[in-house]
Amino acid sequence: MAGEATKAIDQAELWGGGRSPFSVSYGKMMMWFFLISDALTFGGFLSALAFARHHLEDTWPVTENIFFHFPLTHAHLPLLYVALMTFILIISSVTMVLAVEAGHRMDRKGVVKWMAFTVLGGAIFVGSQAWEWMTFIAGPDGLLSTSADNASLTSNPYGPQLYADFFFFITGFHGTHVLSGVVINLIVLIRSIQGWYDERGHYEMVEKVGLYWHFIDLVWVFVFTFFYLI
Amino acid sequence: MERDDIIEYSLDTHHDEEAGKKIRKKIYFVTVLLSVVTAIEVAMGIIWGKAHIDVDGMGWLTIKSIFIILTLLKAGYIVMVFMHLGDERKSLRNVILIPYVLFIGYLFFILLVESSFIFYVKDVIGWV
Repeated sequence: MAGEATKAIDQAELWGGGRSPFSVSYGKMMMWFFLISDALTFGGFLSALAFARHHLEDTWPVTENIFFHFPLTHAHLPLLYVALMTFILIISSVTMVLAVEAGHRMDRKGVVKWMAFTVLGGAIFVGSQAWEWMTFIAGPDGLLSTSADNASLTSNPYGPQLYADFFFFITGFHGTHVLSGVVINLIVLIRSIQGWYDERGHYEMVEKVGLYWHFIDLVWVFVFTFFYLI
Repeated sequence: MERDDIIEYSLDTHHDEEAGKKIRKKIYFVTVLLSVVTAIEVAMGIIWGKAHIDVDGMGWLTIKSIFIILTLLKAGYIVMVFMHLGDERKSLRNVILIPYVLFIGYLFFILLVESSFIFYVKDVIGWV
């Protein structure tokens, strides 16, 4: 945080070198390091996608012609379900940042409430992604049973094989992140209920898992643009 | 003289209800902004999507650029406000953002250049 330092840090909390680089705690610094490396992986995925689709532009499928399904209806609604998923993830990011804010006030009830909403939003997103995969795999005829026009890593009824491969790899890798994020958030939620962080004197753990959760939202913002919109 | 042995850790950043109100106001503002931008993107994608537009024309290039600009805007608000990178020391911010942006920016640039060349070799000259 910005502002003048007010008190000296206990020798036990100092880093080995005697001071903290950048005035952040060890855990937060390491979370940022992890997020940079993870962001490089996603950057690699998205730039590979850009490479592939740029020279296959003529045959690359139009997203609106593939992702127009919506649960419980047969109406033609291009992009709307993905937009809903995006919105759910943004809202769960908001509830996460509200949990972090409540943590700074040592407000245990607030943290528990907002963390619970965050876990719920993440779970809905993972479920939506499962539905999206199912619809995509089923292919144009909407039947999972006929292997003839089902999408997989070796066959793609929509166009170039790479389209299906990138869909599975990028949204799958992101979905794995969401799933692990939900589990980690759940653990922090349980520990908040149990009062671990009150005992510790600070809710920095909420802040650290918050960084991870916002990162997942950040990646999805890019996936949404580069895979679905463009 | 400025003391450099006094370090303020994020562990000690507690704030009271008063400051919390201000922070929450900012969070709600960013929430509305992110939702509105997403809604605009989706509306643009439905109205001027690839299905309805001449992909080779300037129109699609403009739409594409607007998508990318809006995405970077959203990303900036998420990183600076939600991830609190805007509140960290400037040096930490630079260490995280500058190498990443340089490296991935170059990777995108060089892959698009190479991709254009592959398209040229395969589809224009027909070597392969």
